[in-house]
Amino acid sequence: MVEDRSFTGRLFAALNFTLLAIIALITVLPFIHVVAGSFTTSAELAASKFVLIPKVWSFEAYKFIFSTSTIFKAMGVSIGVTLVGTLVSMFMTSLMAYGLSRRDLDGRKVVNFMVVFTMLFHGGLIPTFLVVKELGMIDTYAALIIPSAISAFNMIILKNFFQNIPEGLEESAKIDGCNDFGILFKIVLPLSMPAMATISLFYAVTYWNTYLTAILYLDDSAKWPIQVLLRQIVVLASGLDHSATLDGVVPPPDQTIKMAVIVVATLPILMVYPFLQKHFAKGALLGSMKG
Amino acid sequence: MQEVTAQASTAQPVLEASRNKNEVKKRIWRNRWLYVMIAPGLLYFIIFKYLPMYGLIISFQDYKPYNGIMGSNWVGMKHFNRLFTEPDFLNILKNTIVLFGLNIFIYFPIPIILALMLNELRGNFFKRIFQSLLYIPHFMSWVIVVSISFVMVTMDGGIINDLLVFFGFEKINFLLNPSWFRPMYIIQVIWREAGWGTIIYLASIAAIDPGLYEAARMDGAGRLRQIWHITIPAIRGVIITLFILKIGSVLDLGFEHVYLLLNSMNREVAEIIDTYVYTAGLRQGQFSYSTAIGFFKSVIGLILVMTVNKISKKMGEEGVY
Repeated sequence: MVEDRSFTGRLFAALNFTLLAIIALITVLPFIHVVAGSFTTSAELAASKFVLIPKVWSFEAYKFIFSTSTIFKAMGVSIGVTLVGTLVSMFMTSLMAYGLSRRDLDGRKVVNFMVVFTMLFHGGLIPTFLVVKELGMIDTYAALIIPSAISAFNMIILKNFFQNIPEGLEESAKIDGCNDFGILFKIVLPLSMPAMATISLFYAVTYWNTYLTAILYLDDSAKWPIQVLLRQIVVLASGLDHSATLDGVVPPPDQTIKMAVIVVATLPILMVYPFLQKHFAKGALLGSMKG
Repeated sequence: MQEVTAQASTAQPVLEASRNKNEVKKRIWRNRWLYVMIAPGLLYFIIFKYLPMYGLIISFQDYKPYNGIMGSNWVGMKHFNRLFTEPDFLNILKNTIVLFGLNIFIYFPIPIILALMLNELRGNFFKRIFQSLLYIPHFMSWVIVVSISFVMVTMDGGIINDLLVFFGFEKINFLLNPSWFRPMYIIQVIWREAGWGTIIYLASIAAIDPGLYEAARMDGAGRLRQIWHITIPAIRGVIITLFILKIGSVLDLGFEHVYLLLNSMNREVAEIIDTYVYTAGLRQGQFSYSTAIGFFKSVIGLILVMTVNKISKKMGEEGVY
């Protein structure tokens, strides 16, 4: 954009910058407060209120939460579900997206409509639960993955991206004796890395954040992923429902411990984020809604 | 030769049809691997999206898990009639609509304003930093978002209440006070989604021809006038598309978020259709009644999307489909 050097132009720019800086700060401050709070002692947290950089460093909270196997186990479940789930989802999504991206495929319009329609109308919680139950998936890790294996939205974004790859490339590969699988894996996918990275991240985030499917389909608390455990520790222990699942005899955990659990549940996603972040803008652009 | 042509012309439609059929068959055979690729996905949609739609018929039955859909008794509209006579349901419907209204009137414009502000930043360095920071909350689950705010607003040792005391106010029990449920809900929605929501607007702003701004400046238009006369009209289509999609989510306000904030003290304002379906259906085993509620919700959502889409098309916009 062209530089505006008039007084009002500069005033406008300065105001705009300041306001955005404040908004950005407000966005990250709560999380920084939680991270800092998790690395200090309860006494220090109580005394200095708003901690941004701990004056007294302490790993007590982390030592405590990792002293039992519960958090380890839940982390393991979450990591496993995220890895396997993302692989399964990407495999099924890219196969379907590629098939539907080919214009000479008879019946693609019908299938396309079937997919889009599921975004507008669905059977709802109970009927879906009954299907999952009938398939014998209750209390299995598969219930966290298979019922949400493909997101219609992600599939359409990927399909649109594949459609923009010049058809000539596919034609020439075909002449060289490549079949459709060959074309997809040797030509189309390598050309689609930004889109694949974006969609993988979307899936990974969804699986890491799995909560609803876990409380719906897992009765066995030994199988809980980290998000469900986080809710038990922070939300239910905030003195809300004394009748709630947590044992009333146990006093609610310290603020520092709650904060440490939040950090542990967030960290993996925050570590992946910088690596994939540069792709989002492109990813969103190519998706831009229109089927 | 002439005979042959004459014959051919009468037989033409038949021949063409069979040739077309053959061609289609050939094309299908040539694309057989593509069908293999689509099969798993299609199967997924049939089993996990369409089978549940078939399952909606249990809302016309007294469904008993032991008997299954085939063996349960038909009761017609009984459950739907119950919907409109039960005062509980009207309250839940009201709560759902209020949260929907907050989403549309308070949340929806914010990403647009934020995108316009980000777009006015000179220097890509800060623009990128602000964007990265604003996107982060979107990647946190509702459990994390709710947990962070609980840690901040709790009565003993929460930073917000400590600040209130510091400035000479009384402590507020945000979590148990029903009048704080809606503000907390919408603040959390804004905190988590507003930054992420800018992406799509920024992308479509980036596609605007810079010459338009140049020309407007020649005509003496200031920044605000440029935003008003060029940027906003250029992204109107995207705004309308996203608006329709938002309307479509009318009664889909996110089960997780509300469920996490719900407790015995704020139930009066916090119970929405989704959370009710969960408790009444899965916790209390009223499968048929809660499926009827869910069905009602999905139909309203579908009707709203179709209506808004039609209106936007009448107004000369593209619509979603």
